[in-house]
Amino acid sequence: MVENRPFAQFMAYLTLAIGVVVVAFPVYLAIMASTFDTATIINGNMPLTPGNQAAENYTRALFYGGKLAREPVSMMMVNSMIMALGIAFGKILISIISAYAVVYFKFPFRKTAFWVIFITLMLPVEVRIYPTYKIVADLGLLDTYTGLIMPLIASATGTLLFRQFFMTVPDELLEASKIDGAGAFRFFKDTLLPLSMTTIAALFVIQFIYGWNQYLWPLLITTKSSMQTIVIGIKKMITTTDALTEWQIAMTTAVLAMVPPVLVVIFMQRLFVKGLVETEK
Amino acid sequence: MAGVTLDTVRKIYAGNVEAVKGVSLAIDDGSFCVLVGPSGCGKSTLLRMIAGLETISDGSVKIGDRVVNQIEPADRDIAMVFQNYALYPHMTVYDNMAYGLRNRGTPKDEIEKRVKEAARILAIEPFLARKPRQLSGGQRQRVAMGRAIVRKPQVFLFDEPLSNLDAKLRVQMRVEIKRLQKALGVTSIYVTHDQVEAMTLSDKLVVMSGGQIEQVGSPAEVYRRPETRFVATFIGSPPMNILPGTVEGPGRVSVGGQSIAVTDIREGLTPGTAVEVGLRPEDVQAGAAGASSLAMDVDFVEELGATQLFHGKVAGADFVVQASTGQIAADIRKLTLSVDPANVHLFDPQTTKRLGRV
Repeated sequence: MVENRPFAQFMAYLTLAIGVVVVAFPVYLAIMASTFDTATIINGNMPLTPGNQAAENYTRALFYGGKLAREPVSMMMVNSMIMALGIAFGKILISIISAYAVVYFKFPFRKTAFWVIFITLMLPVEVRIYPTYKIVADLGLLDTYTGLIMPLIASATGTLLFRQFFMTVPDELLEASKIDGAGAFRFFKDTLLPLSMTTIAALFVIQFIYGWNQYLWPLLITTKSSMQTIVIGIKKMITTTDALTEWQIAMTTAVLAMVPPVLVVIFMQRLFVKGLVETEK
Repeated sequence: MAGVTLDTVRKIYAGNVEAVKGVSLAIDDGSFCVLVGPSGCGKSTLLRMIAGLETISDGSVKIGDRVVNQIEPADRDIAMVFQNYALYPHMTVYDNMAYGLRNRGTPKDEIEKRVKEAARILAIEPFLARKPRQLSGGQRQRVAMGRAIVRKPQVFLFDEPLSNLDAKLRVQMRVEIKRLQKALGVTSIYVTHDQVEAMTLSDKLVVMSGGQIEQVGSPAEVYRRPETRFVATFIGSPPMNILPGTVEGPGRVSVGGQSIAVTDIREGLTPGTAVEVGLRPEDVQAGAAGASSLAMDVDFVEELGATQLFHGKVAGADFVVQASTGQIAADIRKLTLSVDPANVHLFDPQTTKRLGRV
């Protein structure tokens, strides 16, 4: 808009503000709730300003856990972190290698290979959960990190993303590398990998959050409380049958669960933008 | 140093498409050979086969005394400059030039010596620490050439290296490439669709069309004595005029009833044989009607500054005359052209081959 229309501008800002409030208020509420004791939250008159129980709630959650779910949240976070990082890095590794093969090598059934990978897009974990569970159980991988991570690594999104990127890399770069005496591995390591950094960063953010927020799969294959992830932990804290729900601990855990994904986004975004500005092929 | 020898080289793509149809060519050691032709004539494919980026379907390519058909590009002792430069975007100028040497295990101090030397020759020393994106098109092209020079190859291959530059820079880089090639004395093969580049750069000019060689020769030979109608109209700007004509007798042809003399005419052509008569726009002069002259109807004039182009018709066919400005009045409608018999080219309308003395 070139002309200056104060009313239109005001409306635009108002809409934006309402949107932000709608999204941010529950988060704010959770943060506030993590600073009171149980009684204040339960009686329904929780103030919207911070209370004085923050230090106690966070130490208790992090190092002792709730009354019923006895595991400390720090341990759950370690589990979640291992799973999220495992999934993110595993996926990047698998998909960049498979995309490299599909784009740069001519082999029989190359197209078929690509389509087989592509079709798995239609089969997310939830759809293939029973056979996957069966396989993982038969391999004796229940209650292990491998069992948590491996089935979630296999998916097509990353392969497609890298394939699309590789297709935009000019053929002449490959040819120049050939003349410069770089074989398939050197071209990958010296040229393709550095050029892919932005794509890798993007995929890392998406996959880390995807891994961190997994609920169904960890719920199915972890039985030991020492293998529990933070998302499962929150759920366990809320569903109590006999005792009073410790809302302040649940909220504290929820806030803690938000921290790593937020940090990843904030930190990686800088790399993103840097990459976007600098990349020129 | 080494020459390059091609022996009936063919390229057949899937679906039986023949891109290069049996090309034989000998390029002398140290010479500058330019492959020129329109898009899709197979010139780039041929170059890429010499480079090893395309497989050779049939025939053989020799660099020096060595048949390189089955040899990897890196081991052919060649260096290539690409149209879009193909510099590694994430590496500095220095690393771009050093990369190939590092891959061959050249000692570090030797790499540094060669890169510095190439940078000095190409005047890109101030940019060694920069990334390609921080350079202009001309500077990138220099880096691409630097990458070729440091390899100290037997043969330089250029694939339309100037096409991405603006007109002024193109002329400047053209001169530089020529100078560099003369200074280094490395056999060079250069692909272009630009006939001016082809004429100015080459020692040996190879005109290609439809996957075949039309003519090989020095630029002057190709310009003065084109072997086919294609070469005649492709080399030279504005292109050669082609008029329909018939043989009158020894040394004379008729164009629309007007008789002109021809020096280079095949003996034994029967009078009445149809021929195509080629005349370069710069080879005809305005003059009085004489023993060898043509009448032209002028439609309009193009001003080029030093010269003027008169467009019109001779014997019903389009015709262009180039003359120094002021030589012919710009508002002229009827023009009489005198033709030097030595400058008339005759072609067979069927085979399009030259009908000159054998």
